[in-house]
Amino acid sequence: MSSSSTEHSSDSSPDVPEPQHERIDLSSDKMRLRRKFRHFTDKLAKVLIAIGGIGVIVAILLIFLYLFYEVVPLFRSAEINEVAEYDSPSGGQSPPLHIAVEEQAEISMRLSQAGVASFYGLSDGQLLSELPVSLPPATTVTAFALDSEESGVFALGLNTGQVIVAQYGYQTTFAQEDNRRILTPQLEYPYGEEPFQAATDQSVASLAININGDNLLITATDSSETLNLMRISKQTGLFAAFDLGGGSAAVDVVRAARTYSVPGVSRMLIGGDQRWLYLLSANGLARLLDINGAMRGDALDFSAEVFVTGGGARLSDVTLLLGGISVLVADNRGGLAQWFVVRGEEGVTLEQIRRFEPLSAGIVAITSEQRRKNFVAVDQLGNVAIYNTTAAREVFRANLLNAGARSLAISPRGDALIIETDNGAQQVWHVENEHPEVSWSALWNEVWYEGYPEPDFIWQSSASSNDFEPKYSLVPLSFGTLKAAFYAMLLAAPLAICGAIFTGYFMAPAMRRKVKPLIELMEALPTVVLGFLAGLWLAPFVEMNLLGIFSILVVLPLSILLASFVWSQLPRAIRHSVPDGWEAGLLIPVILVFGYLSFVLATPMEAAFFGGDMRAWITTELGITYDQRNALVVGFAMGFAVIPTIFSIAEDAIFTVPKQLTYGSLALGATPWQSLYRVVLPTASPGIFSGLMIGMGRAVGETMIVLMATGNTPIMDINIFEGMRTLAANIAVEIPESEVDSTHYRILFLAALVLFMFTFVVNTIAEIVRQRLRSKYSTI
Amino acid sequence: MKTEFNNWLRKGTPWIWINAGAVAISIVMVIGLLMLLAVRGINHFWPKDVLQATYTQPVNGGEPVSTQIVGEFVESEQISVGQIVSSGIPVDESQDFYQRNLIKLGNRDLTGADFSWVLEDYISDVTYPENVVTLERREWGNFYGFLEQVREGDQTIASVTEGANFDELWAEFNARLARALEIQKQIYDIENGAIGEINYQMERLRLEERRLRLEGDISAEVMGEITAAREELDTRYSALQGELQELYAQANRDSAVFHAANDQQTVVSLADVVMAYQANQMHVFAKIGTFFAKLGEFLTAEPREANTEGGIFPAIFGTVMMVLLMSVFVTPFGVVAAVYLREYARQGIVTRTIRIAVNNLAGVPSIVYGVFGLGFFIYIIGGEIDQMFYPEALPAPTFGTPGLLWASLTLALLTVPVVIVATEEGLARIPRSVREGSLALGATKFETLWRVVLPMASPAMMTGLILAVARAAGEVAPLMLVGVVKLAPSLPLDGNYPYLHLEQKFMHLGFHIYDVGFQSPNVEAARPLVFATALLLVIVIAILNLTAVGLRNRLREKYKALDT
Repeated sequence: MSSSSTEHSSDSSPDVPEPQHERIDLSSDKMRLRRKFRHFTDKLAKVLIAIGGIGVIVAILLIFLYLFYEVVPLFRSAEINEVAEYDSPSGGQSPPLHIAVEEQAEISMRLSQAGVASFYGLSDGQLLSELPVSLPPATTVTAFALDSEESGVFALGLNTGQVIVAQYGYQTTFAQEDNRRILTPQLEYPYGEEPFQAATDQSVASLAININGDNLLITATDSSETLNLMRISKQTGLFAAFDLGGGSAAVDVVRAARTYSVPGVSRMLIGGDQRWLYLLSANGLARLLDINGAMRGDALDFSAEVFVTGGGARLSDVTLLLGGISVLVADNRGGLAQWFVVRGEEGVTLEQIRRFEPLSAGIVAITSEQRRKNFVAVDQLGNVAIYNTTAAREVFRANLLNAGARSLAISPRGDALIIETDNGAQQVWHVENEHPEVSWSALWNEVWYEGYPEPDFIWQSSASSNDFEPKYSLVPLSFGTLKAAFYAMLLAAPLAICGAIFTGYFMAPAMRRKVKPLIELMEALPTVVLGFLAGLWLAPFVEMNLLGIFSILVVLPLSILLASFVWSQLPRAIRHSVPDGWEAGLLIPVILVFGYLSFVLATPMEAAFFGGDMRAWITTELGITYDQRNALVVGFAMGFAVIPTIFSIAEDAIFTVPKQLTYGSLALGATPWQSLYRVVLPTASPGIFSGLMIGMGRAVGETMIVLMATGNTPIMDINIFEGMRTLAANIAVEIPESEVDSTHYRILFLAALVLFMFTFVVNTIAEIVRQRLRSKYSTI
Repeated sequence: MKTEFNNWLRKGTPWIWINAGAVAISIVMVIGLLMLLAVRGINHFWPKDVLQATYTQPVNGGEPVSTQIVGEFVESEQISVGQIVSSGIPVDESQDFYQRNLIKLGNRDLTGADFSWVLEDYISDVTYPENVVTLERREWGNFYGFLEQVREGDQTIASVTEGANFDELWAEFNARLARALEIQKQIYDIENGAIGEINYQMERLRLEERRLRLEGDISAEVMGEITAAREELDTRYSALQGELQELYAQANRDSAVFHAANDQQTVVSLADVVMAYQANQMHVFAKIGTFFAKLGEFLTAEPREANTEGGIFPAIFGTVMMVLLMSVFVTPFGVVAAVYLREYARQGIVTRTIRIAVNNLAGVPSIVYGVFGLGFFIYIIGGEIDQMFYPEALPAPTFGTPGLLWASLTLALLTVPVVIVATEEGLARIPRSVREGSLALGATKFETLWRVVLPMASPAMMTGLILAVARAAGEVAPLMLVGVVKLAPSLPLDGNYPYLHLEQKFMHLGFHIYDVGFQSPNVEAARPLVFATALLLVIVIAILNLTAVGLRNRLREKYKALDT
């Protein structure tokens, strides 16, 4: 300012007129240039500031867009593109026993009815090798069973009642010259090439195998509908290690103590831990057999019998879901359902967990994925659908084929799908299916997880095992968030609003000038310090002085009232020595003394009524769980953090209520309390409301206090003595360890987005309310 | 009485007092919390007297065992008899309550645990022996015991048992301790200075070679240069290594024999001792001296023993670096945005909406910013930078991992609404007349802004910046995702080119509190240190906030005159 103004004044200096003085030529080239330059800088600055300003605002809004960008893929459907179509290798006259795809989705394997495994390039159908399973002479294959695609162990049942167990796999070598990976298909016999006599000399009608550790379980029915069970274990003797792939692996064979008559059974499945055998008939009847009991011979009957296809539909295909806990059932009317064993009060039952969106015609085949709880189904009309069981979600559906399908396979990574049609052609599809586990219902509704007795809300994002079913319910976290916020508001709202009323309306200005900065300083306290105090100091303190904490809630208000009454009875001289509006100051010693007393007196009271230890009494007598770091502690700590937020906004609202209004009310004879209650509070109530909203927003998003002052267990219980896990704390705990762009990672982003939206909406409402209020006052 | 009561009730006095009570409770809570922090935090540095006592605890079905305890009193509490009995100590049940004291016994290498709860009723013969020595050690926490001998190698220089005067022995011990500390300092300088630099240059050479190989234009000549440089570094390294060995031998020359509680004898190498004093002999001024020595150590030393002992200098340094860097980002952008919103943008529904949105962003949970920083800055932008500029270091990420730069940027984003709001408020307070005066004198809009408006609004900007810094210094949740670590191997600013290491992870006061208080293996021992750290953080933030409040008030006073 100084330089430009001095320049001007010396130029024109009107009070000292001197004609001879050299006049400045304002239109000289130099001045013109200078003006141009000034004009140019002005314009440039305008543009730059606009760019900068808009840039910053856009950058801030980018947060929202970016969170959204990370979350959207969660809800995208799967995409499928055709890669190739070719005739089935090794002749496509008869349907295959099995088709499988190797890990990298480069080679697929087709096992024919004759027991010949053909390996061929997935993308071009080029035959790489054909390896026949060594069958005894003059036998034919009558049944097939697979342990799992992961292990590649399968069994062929023969017309002689024999069973051969073999394993397909790939040997990986690296080429000398360019380090290229070479896969060599191979066929092995982990339990020896010698067939097992599973049934008496009749042909095997249906077959199931399962490997658990070193134990191979074979169950077979023969043409007289008799079920035989046998358990085969490799001998892990001292020299087993030297028995490298020899043709005759030494095995122990144990047969079940008895056989079972199973009329009508067409399919069998063995549960993952060899606990249950599922026997299914073509009419949809499922029977459940306790395998251990059957082996011992004391399982006299089936543990459960139930029809798994509804309304007389016939069973068309059945398979186990990853993990071997759930059975997926498909029928000839397009119906699809998931069933598993539930242990209830009246014993074991096979329950239908959920039904999936049915396909329009009878289902031909279903197959489940090897890494995720997904499965694929194809029907007679060529409709293909991909489902996720946990999310009960249909990820994809389309009519992909014009001919009927007869077999299908999906690659281990779930990225390639092969369907063999009736005319013997194979179609290969590339599948893009990143996040099938997520749906609205999986996030927000009760989900019946595998192995649970009933549907529940559970957050459990990771576990050690591969076939773990991730449980992504946001409900326990949201519940925890609201619970923490609720207890915090329970403490903060009354204290902050009452405090704001007194400070904004009654308090002497001199005191107000000191109190306001003090409470604002409270707002600046780092939450990590509050959390640390809550977790390491307050939590043990509360545990030791539980009764004291509760009695202080009663004692303090009563002592304040008592002090008020006593003060009003004191002689005038004393009362008038303290001016109005200093009551809060007078109350500080009262609160200190009575607060201290309530802790001191709580100890003998605790001894008298609660056996000296209220915490133990709560657990033993009331049966309530008590965690040291619980909602009560969080309520105190977070309440403390929220008080100043609510206080300063509410106080502002009360203080800015125009004084004319109160004067008018007082002049009409109302007491100060009446004018406050009838005039000031209604006028200021929108401001108080907005303070509460903003305080609530802060409590919902607070991370460090909850992280440090609770046990962070995602439970759903309103109990004040138990902890919780909030959305914010959950993000802080889990996101550093989650894999980038995985479903878990994106769900954490979704949690962040939920927090963002919630606080943003709440704050916006509060802000609008406050602005309305402000413009209303400005007219008065 | 009754009428008085009714009168009292009718006037609404009780409600007014209840409201007053809420204020009083809030005040008591704030001041109580600050006092608690102050007392516990300061207590950490005060040299406490060391007591010696006999503790005879009753044992289930057997003779009580007496042990000698030597240590510092920490705290005491009342505990009900039921809790004691249920923990397996058969005490007299006719007494309802017992006092239980927490004693810091130290000597973790001898006893395994350095804290113990003892029942007041079973303590006897409490004395405060004059000669008991408190040692702060580099390992195993504190040591309490009685000095017996000072040794040099295997030779005993002086010994109490051989009739030496204790004061002389103590003086000898202190002289040798001073020497050991001096040597330790030299060792530290070499290890962190020269050797750190060599390691850094070695790593740079490795990356340089890798980069050239990746680009495919490595020649024998360049390779030769690299090898020569490497050999030169190797020779320097081995020279330093020899020097270090010599120093270590020197440092370990002296040792002292102590006897601890229960007549255990132990030899302490002076190289392990950080500080030694005889608390029971000290008068107040000596204690104040030790207090400041310990405070100084706390502020300037590096942490020891998984952060539970020693100082917090790297955390202070990291916090300051991060906040400074953040200010560099946040000030210009925040001010520009505010100027645009207030001075250039057309005031209407759009600006109003933006203003509300910006205002509300200040209320968005900080963890959301952390998530944004992690996903956007680190994985997307950082990953891209690594691909383009640091391919030689891949797959080890350089900028594609949490670090100082990303932490500062994230916090800048978090605090930019604060700066915008404060600056806008300042701009709005400047009277129209001032602007119009400037414009009337022929200044352009930008000149008015630059020479008149902004200087007048500068206190508001300062206020905004200070509030932003205060918020950033106390924020932990987002930093956990974008850059802090519990222990950083080196400071983000050092003598190695390019001096400021933006990609490095750093330590932070707030995170230090969380980490030491909740993740450390020995929470009990670390607690005083956490209190001290929390006190420091609160003091820093309180000072910043009060400065901001002061500036704001001064600004208001200044323009009050202009308004009228």
